[in-house]
Amino acid sequence: MSWGSGAFRTSYERDMALVDTPLRWTALVLLAAVLVALPAVASRLVLELLSQVALAAVGALALNLLTGMAGQISLGHAGFMAAGAFSVGMLVEAIAAPPWVTLPAAALVGAGLGLAVGMPSLRLRGLYLALGTLAMHYVILWIGTEYQARYGFNTGVTVPPLALGPLLVRTTRQWYYALLAIAAVATFLCVNLTRSRVGRAWMALRDREIAAASLGIAVARYKLMAFVASAVMTSLAGAVWAYQRSFVSAEAFGFNVTIEYLAMVIIGGLGSVLGALIGAAFVTLLPYAIDGVVAALPVGDGAQYYLFPLKFGSFGLLMALFLVFEPRGLVGLWERARNWILLWPLRHRPLAPAR
Amino acid sequence: MQAAASIVVLASLYALLGVGYVLVYRASRVLNLAQGDLMMFGGYALFAAATTIAAGPAVAIPLALVASGVVGFLLYALLMRRMAGHPVFAAVLVTVSVGILVRVAVVLAFTDQIRYPLPALALANPPLRLGAGVAVSTIDALTVLAATLVVATLLLFLRRSRIGMQMRAAGERPLLAAQRGIDFQRLFAVSWALASFTAGLAGMLYGSNVRLEPGLGVLGLKAFAVALVGGLDSLGGVVPAALLVAAVEVLTVRYGDPLFAEVSPFLCLLAMLLLRPWGLAGTREELERV
Repeated sequence: MSWGSGAFRTSYERDMALVDTPLRWTALVLLAAVLVALPAVASRLVLELLSQVALAAVGALALNLLTGMAGQISLGHAGFMAAGAFSVGMLVEAIAAPPWVTLPAAALVGAGLGLAVGMPSLRLRGLYLALGTLAMHYVILWIGTEYQARYGFNTGVTVPPLALGPLLVRTTRQWYYALLAIAAVATFLCVNLTRSRVGRAWMALRDREIAAASLGIAVARYKLMAFVASAVMTSLAGAVWAYQRSFVSAEAFGFNVTIEYLAMVIIGGLGSVLGALIGAAFVTLLPYAIDGVVAALPVGDGAQYYLFPLKFGSFGLLMALFLVFEPRGLVGLWERARNWILLWPLRHRPLAPAR
Repeated sequence: MQAAASIVVLASLYALLGVGYVLVYRASRVLNLAQGDLMMFGGYALFAAATTIAAGPAVAIPLALVASGVVGFLLYALLMRRMAGHPVFAAVLVTVSVGILVRVAVVLAFTDQIRYPLPALALANPPLRLGAGVAVSTIDALTVLAATLVVATLLLFLRRSRIGMQMRAAGERPLLAAQRGIDFQRLFAVSWALASFTAGLAGMLYGSNVRLEPGLGVLGLKAFAVALVGGLDSLGGVVPAALLVAAVEVLTVRYGDPLFAEVSPFLCLLAMLLLRPWGLAGTREELERV
């Protein structure tokens, strides 16, 4: 795409750079500065919300890795998350394990599950695969419920605060910084993947499996890798979730959680890292926004009752609308808007000149 | 013996839901994850007909059945038709959001209280004694009857009727069928309407027999394990698969853990995916096509 913007990629280093133009650098530094300085001015609620967004972003990035980048469908995202959370809960309960044991254990469980779900993907495609992950989700939840019932944690398992050596994460502000850091690392990893051999192999697989295979990409290996990477990341997000809520319960990981994460990557824009971040923020904040709007409107107490279906329904509606009208999500909308501004008063980009 | 009766009853319910999955899948290769919510809608349609317009059973039941079918047709005409040419996965996700919207609409209209349509229709559900100590409720018996009738009629419909033959042709060789002038849009619409009709019927029976609540959709997901075990593109496979899955579930409730029984259909699904992903009676090439 060339609009004659003045920023050209003149070397391979430049072409491979993670952050492209000076404008983007400025925006990134500004964003980082604002996020770091925010606790000085923002209220607890704002920090609380941003922490939630950051945690959701990790989950959304993981799903985007699998579905957006590698093109493998998963309807078991909440299951992987539950697996991570429950490995923390069970280990804490059984041997009072510290985080440097539970977190790697959660990652390991995630890797195992990723392999287990990924195996059928070598034989199955598309929908059949999605069904396997959906079934896996229910099986994982059943294990969690069974554990709760058997050991008498009917309401849930309590988890102590996250303590890594001298570093104790307990207050809202500490969690804000911790989750921000985790989300930043996850984002960096995902962006970095897009320029790595693995990431490009995944994208090739997504776009045309047969062509990818004939280019020498080991289809089976890369597919499994995608499942394992995504499951490890999701499971870790679940583990961190358990520490943040200091509580694990199977009820928190129903099928609607999977739908929420799918909504994030779809509304944000499938296959785009930025989209996953925007989608996570959008889907996490939407219920609060609806709360705010309803509170501001002059309606009676009866409205409270309709609030939950309204929130849930707005996910459904938005998901359907984006799927039908803008499959590229919010990122796609933004690109359209940008093109419109850049090209105004013309409507279409100039055709490529003859070479 | 009682267990056998329970298995047949549960299998009938699953078969009613399962044929819906198969119909839509055969036509458009889309998996309709809203099936469970369409089933719930059917139950509520009956309840609405009985309460809001105070219709007797003779009016309310046909009305609710028609409403169920029409909803399926509308879903196709307004929403799913636009997904032609999009990736199948996107279409499946649209059905997920359709499920959410149906559930939300029902909650907004009827609240999430548990409802019982049968008293509203002034009907009773007396137990039937079948001898040998086996007893089923009247609606249990009706469920078995309805499932048998629906599956038999559908099999006959696909084999003999013009539209049914077109449906089979379109499912087998879409390109060739389209070139012979078969109207795909109409076939898809018919498939959706039939699927939501059978789901609605299942919802009415289940709702009258047990209860109505907006969360009934989970039952649909379990039935979907039935469709896969039978083979997603095989209508005839639904019957043995429904019996198999229902048998596993009923026997685990009886001799094992009820919590475990809840997931047993999904374990059947996983086992089937590993052993014979195309299902009991599905076509093997189907896997390549998705």
